[in-house]
Amino acid sequence: MSHPSRPPAWTWIPAAGGALFLGVPLVAMALATEWSQFWELITSDSSRAALLLSIKTATASTVVCIVLGVPLALVLSRTQSRLLSSFRPLLLLPLVLPPVVGGMALLATFGRRGLLGQHLETLGFTIAFSTIAVVMAQVFVSLPFLVLTLEGSLRSAGKQFEEIAATLGAGPSTVLFRITLPLVLPGLAAGAILAFARALGEFGATITFAGSLQGVTRTLPLEIYLQRETDPNAAIALSMLLVVLAAVVMYTVHRSQEART
Amino acid sequence: MKKFAIFIVAVFALLLGACSTGTGDTNEPEKVEDVNLTVFAAASLKSTFEELGAQFEKDNPGVTVDFNFAGSSDLVAQIQDGAPADVFASADVKNMDKAVAADVVAGEPVLFATNVLQIATPPNNPKKIATFADLAKPDVKLVICAPQVPCGNATVQVAEKAGIKLSPVSEEQSVTDVLGKVRSGEADAGLVYVTDVTSAGDDVLGIEFPESAEVVNEYPIAALKNSKNLKVAQAFAAFIASPEGQKVFKAAGFGQP
Repeated sequence: MSHPSRPPAWTWIPAAGGALFLGVPLVAMALATEWSQFWELITSDSSRAALLLSIKTATASTVVCIVLGVPLALVLSRTQSRLLSSFRPLLLLPLVLPPVVGGMALLATFGRRGLLGQHLETLGFTIAFSTIAVVMAQVFVSLPFLVLTLEGSLRSAGKQFEEIAATLGAGPSTVLFRITLPLVLPGLAAGAILAFARALGEFGATITFAGSLQGVTRTLPLEIYLQRETDPNAAIALSMLLVVLAAVVMYTVHRSQEART
Repeated sequence: MKKFAIFIVAVFALLLGACSTGTGDTNEPEKVEDVNLTVFAAASLKSTFEELGAQFEKDNPGVTVDFNFAGSSDLVAQIQDGAPADVFASADVKNMDKAVAADVVAGEPVLFATNVLQIATPPNNPKKIATFADLAKPDVKLVICAPQVPCGNATVQVAEKAGIKLSPVSEEQSVTDVLGKVRSGEADAGLVYVTDVTSAGDDVLGIEFPESAEVVNEYPIAALKNSKNLKVAQAFAAFIASPEGQKVFKAAGFGQP
């Protein structure tokens, strides 16, 4: 191939429109931010509590996502079962569901009158209004991101090396830890970071399922939504903080993907 | 988009007017021109305002009333940003004051209803709540509004007047969120407006408490300066405050100012 194929020139116009549509609102928000009070606004008691809780819960969610998501991606990508592949879209459904629907589903399952929640209640466990509920809401919406990313890596990595290792006498667990996982490590990292970012931004499922209390369940997005009522400047400052956090995350993913190619 | 829709309606109305004069039929009584009234009202007014809006349309042929129901502070922000509204009905005086201060209100706002807090519990009242003080018991999962929103502000004041420190498991964004948590049984008790208890019917149990009378939420209404049909807007505001309107509010559990 002598020339890489280029898109026709006219595509630049809608492309620029799309880029502006995504970019201008962020610039507008940066312009609307009271930078002179920025530090003060994002370090108030309630802001700090929200930020700390967001980072703690998003980290916990990412760990849970890795523990549950890696095996799930392995099973989905390495098993040729019709039954399993028919379940696949169902597992990825939270990707396209509005998070508030996820919150309702979790409530129907783990709420005090829920399918499992009522039994947990008699055993003395209550999930509602706890930080655990926040983590559950975040895992529900971010797990598919990790599974999807990792599954793609697993498929493109192929089974060649695994099969060779197996013929040389390595057991399945050895193959997994010595061959498969090192091969897809960049994909796993990208998936984990995406899951972390999604967990950090989670709002709908949290407010529906976990409630909202400073330091316990009120994460950064919930704090922003509440501050908007009385202090729009604080809401915008916190939004900028979240934009910066998200930008750092996306940039890291981008870098790790560049490094792969 | 909304502006464009109003523009289309206006053009249509003009064309219609031109047609009727064009035919030269002058025997018909003077027909009121088609008027589209947009009312911005607090979320807690939804059912009552929809009922009264339908009545107003019936009484005034040619007038259509459209509603935008949301939190009062959101509505004020939208009006200040130039949203096309003819009438504003707020769930508290504070937000109406904001609108007055922003110089968007025509004339004086009128109070037309009041609301007080009530305790809501699941129908079986699992924690046997009977008084306001019971809400502070450690094993009661209490849900209230966040202090930043009007119902939360009222809750803070009532608790202060009663001298009781509440420790809720959650401070929700709106009164309907509190009601939702009580309805689903997640919360043992919640503090909502008496009208919310009325609208929830058998889904929740309402418990009155004397301290609620200390903090009465007042609802003001006013026509807005930017209205293209100020007279109709003022007529609607007057209708809401009229004895006919009062009957509807009373039935919904509202008090009279």
